[in-house]
Amino acid sequence: MSWTSLLLLAGGAYAFKVLGLVAIGDRPLPRLVTSCLDLLPAALVAALIAINTVAIGQRLVLDARVVGLVVAGVAVWRKAPFFVVVVLGAVSTAAWRRWVGV
Amino acid sequence: MQIQREITTASVLLGATVGVFGATFGLFAVTGGLSVSKAVAMSLLVFTGASQFAAVGVVASGGSPFAAIGSALLLASRNGVYGLAMSRTLRGRLPLRLLAAQLVIDESTAMATAQADPDAQTQAFWMTGGAVFVFWNLGTLVGALGGGLLGDPSVYGLDAAFPASFLALLGPHLAKVGGKAAAVLGAGIAVVFTPFLPAGLPILCAALAALVGLSTRV
Repeated sequence: MSWTSLLLLAGGAYAFKVLGLVAIGDRPLPRLVTSCLDLLPAALVAALIAINTVAIGQRLVLDARVVGLVVAGVAVWRKAPFFVVVVLGAVSTAAWRRWVGV
Repeated sequence: MQIQREITTASVLLGATVGVFGATFGLFAVTGGLSVSKAVAMSLLVFTGASQFAAVGVVASGGSPFAAIGSALLLASRNGVYGLAMSRTLRGRLPLRLLAAQLVIDESTAMATAQADPDAQTQAFWMTGGAVFVFWNLGTLVGALGGGLLGDPSVYGLDAAFPASFLALLGPHLAKVGGKAAAVLGAGIAVVFTPFLPAGLPILCAALAALVGLSTRV
Protein backbone atom coordinates (compact mmCIF):
# COMPACT_ATOMS: atom_id res chain seq x y z
CA MET A 1 0.00 0.00 0.00
CA SER A 2 1.56 3.31 -1.10
CA TRP A 3 1.73 6.45 1.03
CA THR A 4 -0.66 8.11 -1.45
CA SER A 5 -3.38 5.52 -0.97
CA LEU A 6 -2.79 5.49 2.79
CA LEU A 7 -3.34 9.25 2.92
CA LEU A 8 -6.41 8.99 0.65
CA LEU A 9 -7.87 6.44 3.03
CA ALA A 10 -7.07 8.64 6.04
CA GLY A 11 -8.71 11.64 4.36
CA GLY A 12 -11.82 9.67 3.44
CA ALA A 13 -12.17 8.18 6.92
CA TYR A 14 -11.79 11.59 8.53
CA ALA A 15 -14.30 13.12 6.11
CA PHE A 16 -17.01 10.71 7.29
CA LYS A 17 -16.31 11.50 10.94
CA VAL A 18 -16.22 15.25 10.52
CA LEU A 19 -19.25 15.49 8.19
CA GLY A 20 -21.60 13.93 10.71
CA LEU A 21 -20.22 16.03 13.50
CA VAL A 22 -20.41 19.46 11.86
CA ALA A 23 -23.26 18.90 9.38
CA ILE A 24 -25.93 20.10 11.76
CA GLY A 25 -23.80 22.61 13.63
CA ASP A 26 -25.69 24.81 16.04
CA ARG A 27 -28.87 25.07 14.00
CA PRO A 28 -32.06 24.46 15.94
CA LEU A 29 -33.85 21.36 14.72
CA PRO A 30 -37.51 20.43 14.46
CA ARG A 31 -38.82 18.30 17.29
CA LEU A 32 -39.34 15.23 15.10
CA VAL A 33 -35.71 15.33 13.97
CA THR A 34 -34.36 15.61 17.50
CA SER A 35 -36.52 12.75 18.72
CA CYS A 36 -35.05 10.60 15.93
CA LEU A 37 -31.50 11.78 16.73
CA ASP A 38 -32.11 10.89 20.39
CA LEU A 39 -32.94 7.33 19.36
CA LEU A 40 -29.98 6.99 16.99
CA PRO A 41 -27.58 5.69 19.70
CA ALA A 42 -30.10 3.06 20.84
CA ALA A 43 -30.32 1.72 17.29
CA LEU A 44 -26.57 1.91 16.66
CA VAL A 45 -25.40 0.44 19.98
CA ALA A 46 -27.89 -2.43 19.67
CA ALA A 47 -26.70 -3.06 16.11
CA LEU A 48 -23.08 -3.08 17.32
CA ILE A 49 -23.93 -5.65 19.97
CA ALA A 50 -25.67 -7.86 17.42
CA ILE A 51 -22.92 -7.62 14.79
CA ASN A 52 -20.11 -8.16 17.28
CA THR A 53 -21.86 -11.23 18.66
CA VAL A 54 -23.10 -13.13 15.62
CA ALA A 55 -21.21 -11.85 12.58
CA ILE A 56 -17.79 -12.68 11.18
CA GLY A 57 -17.48 -10.48 8.13
CA GLN A 58 -20.60 -11.27 6.07
CA ARG A 59 -21.22 -14.63 7.73
CA LEU A 60 -23.65 -15.14 10.60
CA VAL A 61 -22.08 -17.47 13.17
CA LEU A 62 -23.24 -18.66 16.56
CA ASP A 63 -20.14 -19.28 18.66
CA ALA A 64 -18.70 -18.76 22.15
CA ARG A 65 -19.34 -15.02 21.91
CA VAL A 66 -23.06 -15.71 22.41
CA VAL A 67 -22.24 -17.35 25.76
CA GLY A 68 -20.22 -14.30 26.73
CA LEU A 69 -23.06 -11.99 25.80
CA VAL A 70 -25.61 -13.99 27.83
CA VAL A 71 -23.31 -13.96 30.88
CA ALA A 72 -22.72 -10.23 30.39
CA GLY A 73 -26.49 -9.77 30.09
CA VAL A 74 -27.06 -11.46 33.45
CA ALA A 75 -24.35 -9.26 34.96
CA VAL A 76 -26.00 -6.11 33.58
CA TRP A 77 -29.37 -7.28 34.89
CA ARG A 78 -27.83 -7.82 38.34
CA LYS A 79 -26.48 -4.26 38.10
CA ALA A 80 -22.82 -5.30 38.10
CA PRO A 81 -20.26 -2.53 37.43
CA PHE A 82 -19.02 -2.02 33.86
CA PHE A 83 -15.67 -3.63 34.63
CA VAL A 84 -17.29 -6.80 35.96
CA VAL A 85 -19.65 -7.04 32.97
CA VAL A 86 -16.80 -6.84 30.48
CA VAL A 87 -14.48 -9.22 32.33
CA LEU A 88 -17.25 -11.80 32.86
CA GLY A 89 -18.17 -11.58 29.16
CA ALA A 90 -14.59 -12.18 28.07
CA VAL A 91 -13.75 -14.88 30.64
CA SER A 92 -16.89 -16.91 29.99
CA THR A 93 -16.27 -16.75 26.23
CA ALA A 94 -12.66 -17.86 26.70
CA ALA A 95 -13.72 -20.66 29.05
CA TRP A 96 -16.37 -21.91 26.63
CA ARG A 97 -13.85 -21.91 23.77
CA ARG A 98 -11.29 -23.72 25.89
CA TRP A 99 -13.46 -26.44 27.38
CA VAL A 100 -16.52 -26.79 25.17
CA GLY A 101 -15.15 -25.70 21.84
CA VAL A 102 -16.73 -23.62 19.06
CA MET B 1 -17.09 12.32 41.52
CA GLN B 2 -18.44 8.79 41.52
CA ILE B 3 -19.53 9.05 37.89
CA GLN B 4 -16.18 10.51 36.87
CA ARG B 5 -14.36 7.59 38.45
CA GLU B 6 -16.63 5.13 36.72
CA ILE B 7 -16.08 6.82 33.37
CA THR B 8 -12.31 6.78 33.86
CA THR B 9 -12.21 3.10 34.82
CA ALA B 10 -14.46 2.10 31.95
CA SER B 11 -12.45 4.18 29.46
CA VAL B 12 -9.13 2.67 30.48
CA LEU B 13 -10.58 -0.84 30.43
CA LEU B 14 -12.03 -0.38 26.94
CA GLY B 15 -8.82 1.30 25.78
CA ALA B 16 -6.63 -1.52 27.06
CA THR B 17 -8.81 -4.12 25.35
CA VAL B 18 -8.60 -2.19 22.09
CA GLY B 19 -4.81 -1.99 22.61
CA VAL B 20 -4.51 -5.78 22.40
CA PHE B 21 -6.30 -5.66 19.05
CA GLY B 22 -3.97 -2.81 18.08
CA ALA B 23 -1.05 -5.18 18.58
CA THR B 24 -2.83 -7.73 16.42
CA PHE B 25 -3.29 -5.07 13.75
CA GLY B 26 0.38 -4.05 13.91
CA LEU B 27 1.47 -7.64 13.38
CA PHE B 28 -1.14 -8.19 10.65
CA ALA B 29 -0.06 -5.02 8.83
CA VAL B 30 3.64 -5.90 8.85
CA THR B 31 2.89 -9.49 7.83
CA GLY B 32 0.69 -8.11 5.06
CA GLY B 33 3.59 -6.16 3.60
CA LEU B 34 3.33 -2.72 5.23
CA SER B 35 6.41 -1.08 6.72
CA VAL B 36 6.39 -0.33 10.44
CA SER B 37 6.07 3.40 9.75
CA LYS B 38 3.06 2.84 7.44
CA ALA B 39 1.37 0.62 10.00
CA VAL B 40 1.87 3.25 12.69
CA ALA B 41 0.81 6.11 10.41
CA MET B 42 -2.34 4.23 9.46
CA SER B 43 -3.38 3.79 13.09
CA LEU B 44 -2.70 7.47 13.83
CA LEU B 45 -4.38 8.91 10.74
CA VAL B 46 -7.14 6.47 9.81
CA PHE B 47 -7.91 5.44 13.42
CA THR B 48 -10.81 3.13 12.62
CA GLY B 49 -9.88 -0.43 13.52
CA ALA B 50 -12.19 -2.37 11.26
CA SER B 51 -11.33 -0.20 8.24
CA GLN B 52 -7.62 -0.67 8.82
CA PHE B 53 -7.92 -4.46 9.01
CA ALA B 54 -10.00 -4.40 5.81
CA ALA B 55 -7.53 -2.21 3.90
CA VAL B 56 -4.52 -4.31 4.86
CA GLY B 57 -6.45 -7.53 4.25
CA VAL B 58 -7.35 -6.51 0.70
CA VAL B 59 -3.80 -5.42 -0.08
CA ALA B 60 -2.31 -8.57 1.45
CA SER B 61 -4.58 -10.77 -0.65
CA GLY B 62 -3.41 -9.03 -3.83
CA GLY B 63 -6.27 -6.56 -4.25
CA SER B 64 -5.84 -3.14 -5.84
CA PRO B 65 -5.38 0.01 -3.73
CA PHE B 66 -8.81 1.15 -4.94
CA ALA B 67 -10.44 -2.03 -3.67
CA ALA B 68 -8.59 -1.60 -0.37
CA ILE B 69 -9.66 2.02 0.06
CA GLY B 70 -13.21 1.25 -1.08
CA SER B 71 -13.85 -1.56 1.37
CA ALA B 72 -12.17 0.35 4.18
CA LEU B 73 -14.28 3.44 3.55
CA LEU B 74 -17.48 1.35 3.50
CA LEU B 75 -16.58 0.32 7.04
CA ALA B 76 -15.70 3.90 7.99
CA SER B 77 -19.02 5.30 6.74
CA ARG B 78 -20.82 4.43 9.97
CA ASN B 79 -18.63 6.95 11.80
CA GLY B 80 -20.60 9.61 9.91
CA VAL B 81 -23.75 8.48 11.67
CA TYR B 82 -21.91 8.40 15.00
CA GLY B 83 -20.84 11.98 14.34
CA LEU B 84 -24.46 12.88 13.75
CA ALA B 85 -25.44 11.22 17.03
CA MET B 86 -22.66 13.10 18.85
CA SER B 87 -23.16 16.46 17.17
CA ARG B 88 -25.47 17.88 19.78
CA THR B 89 -23.12 16.90 22.60
CA LEU B 90 -19.83 18.00 21.05
CA ARG B 91 -20.39 21.67 20.60
CA GLY B 92 -17.90 24.43 21.13
CA ARG B 93 -15.31 25.97 18.87
CA LEU B 94 -14.67 24.55 15.43
CA PRO B 95 -10.98 23.62 16.00
CA LEU B 96 -12.00 21.57 19.03
CA ARG B 97 -14.74 19.88 17.05
CA LEU B 98 -12.31 19.12 14.22
CA LEU B 99 -10.04 17.44 16.78
CA ALA B 100 -12.96 15.60 18.35
CA ALA B 101 -13.94 14.27 14.92
CA GLN B 102 -10.86 12.03 14.76
CA LEU B 103 -12.06 10.32 17.97
CA VAL B 104 -15.61 9.61 16.71
CA ILE B 105 -15.67 5.78 16.75
CA ASP B 106 -17.76 2.90 18.11
CA GLU B 107 -16.39 3.01 21.64
CA SER B 108 -16.44 6.76 22.27
CA THR B 109 -19.97 7.15 20.87
CA ALA B 110 -21.34 4.23 22.88
CA MET B 111 -19.70 5.41 26.10
CA ALA B 112 -20.73 9.06 25.68
CA THR B 113 -24.34 8.48 24.74
CA ALA B 114 -24.80 6.15 27.73
CA GLN B 115 -24.25 9.06 30.16
CA ALA B 116 -27.14 10.97 31.65
CA ASP B 117 -26.09 14.63 31.56
CA PRO B 118 -24.26 16.64 28.87
CA ASP B 119 -21.13 17.22 30.98
CA ALA B 120 -20.68 13.51 31.64
CA GLN B 121 -21.34 12.80 27.95
CA THR B 122 -18.59 15.20 26.88
CA GLN B 123 -16.20 13.82 29.47
CA ALA B 124 -16.95 10.21 28.51
CA PHE B 125 -16.39 11.00 24.84
CA TRP B 126 -12.96 12.53 25.37
CA MET B 127 -11.85 9.97 27.98
CA THR B 128 -12.85 6.95 25.95
CA GLY B 129 -11.78 8.41 22.61
CA GLY B 130 -8.45 9.46 24.11
CA ALA B 131 -7.81 6.14 25.88
CA VAL B 132 -8.67 4.14 22.77
CA PHE B 133 -6.46 6.41 20.64
CA VAL B 134 -3.45 6.02 22.96
CA PHE B 135 -3.80 2.24 23.44
CA TRP B 136 -4.63 1.52 19.79
CA ASN B 137 -1.54 3.36 18.60
CA LEU B 138 0.75 1.94 21.29
CA GLY B 139 -0.59 -1.51 20.49
CA THR B 140 0.02 -1.01 16.77
CA LEU B 141 3.63 0.01 17.42
CA VAL B 142 4.28 -2.94 19.73
CA GLY B 143 2.64 -5.38 17.31
CA ALA B 144 4.48 -4.02 14.29
CA LEU B 145 7.85 -4.11 16.05
CA GLY B 146 7.66 -7.15 18.27
CA GLY B 147 4.92 -9.25 16.82
CA GLY B 148 2.32 -11.25 18.66
CA LEU B 149 3.53 -11.54 22.22
CA LEU B 150 0.04 -12.35 23.43
CA GLY B 151 -1.09 -14.38 20.46
CA ASP B 152 -4.69 -14.52 19.31
CA PRO B 153 -6.89 -12.17 21.43
CA SER B 154 -9.89 -14.46 20.97
CA VAL B 155 -8.16 -17.08 23.15
CA TYR B 156 -8.79 -14.68 26.04
CA GLY B 157 -12.34 -14.00 24.91
CA LEU B 158 -11.42 -10.41 24.14
CA ASP B 159 -13.57 -10.41 21.00
CA ALA B 160 -16.56 -10.86 23.31
CA ALA B 161 -15.41 -7.93 25.47
CA PHE B 162 -16.82 -5.53 22.86
CA PRO B 163 -20.42 -6.77 22.68
CA ALA B 164 -20.33 -7.14 26.48
CA SER B 165 -19.25 -3.55 27.00
CA PHE B 166 -21.74 -2.22 24.45
CA LEU B 167 -24.45 -4.21 26.22
CA ALA B 168 -23.47 -2.55 29.51
CA LEU B 169 -23.84 0.81 27.75
CA LEU B 170 -27.22 0.07 26.16
CA GLY B 171 -29.28 0.34 29.36
CA PRO B 172 -29.85 4.11 29.46
CA HIS B 173 -31.08 4.09 25.85
CA LEU B 174 -33.74 1.49 26.58
CA ALA B 175 -35.25 3.77 29.20
CA LYS B 176 -36.04 6.45 26.60
CA VAL B 177 -39.41 6.67 24.92
CA GLY B 178 -39.12 4.45 21.84
CA GLY B 179 -35.68 3.28 22.98
CA LYS B 180 -36.54 -0.40 23.21
CA ALA B 181 -38.22 -0.37 19.80
CA ALA B 182 -35.27 1.41 18.18
CA ALA B 183 -32.81 -1.03 19.78
CA VAL B 184 -34.67 -4.19 18.78
CA LEU B 185 -35.27 -2.86 15.27
CA GLY B 186 -31.65 -1.70 14.93
CA ALA B 187 -30.22 -5.05 16.00
CA GLY B 188 -32.68 -6.86 13.72
CA ILE B 189 -31.85 -4.75 10.68
CA ALA B 190 -28.10 -5.20 11.24
CA VAL B 191 -28.37 -8.99 11.48
CA VAL B 192 -30.76 -9.36 8.53
CA PHE B 193 -28.56 -7.28 6.22
CA THR B 194 -25.25 -8.85 7.29
CA PRO B 195 -25.20 -11.69 4.72
CA PHE B 196 -26.20 -9.38 1.85
CA LEU B 197 -24.15 -6.23 2.35
CA PRO B 198 -20.42 -5.61 2.76
CA ALA B 199 -19.34 -5.40 6.40
CA GLY B 200 -19.97 -1.94 7.82
CA LEU B 201 -23.12 -1.17 5.83
CA PRO B 202 -25.55 -3.18 8.01
CA ILE B 203 -24.81 -0.84 10.94
CA LEU B 204 -25.42 2.12 8.65
CA CYS B 205 -28.82 0.62 7.72
CA ALA B 206 -29.58 0.05 11.41
CA ALA B 207 -29.55 3.82 11.84
CA LEU B 208 -32.93 3.81 10.05
CA ALA B 209 -34.41 2.26 13.20
CA ALA B 210 -34.11 5.69 14.80
CA LEU B 211 -37.03 6.72 12.56
CA VAL B 212 -39.35 5.16 15.16
CA GLY B 213 -38.80 8.57 16.77
CA LEU B 214 -41.25 9.91 14.17
CA SER B 215 -44.07 8.00 15.80
CA THR B 216 -43.30 8.86 19.43
CA ARG B 217 -45.46 11.48 21.03
CA VAL B 218 -43.38 13.02 23.77
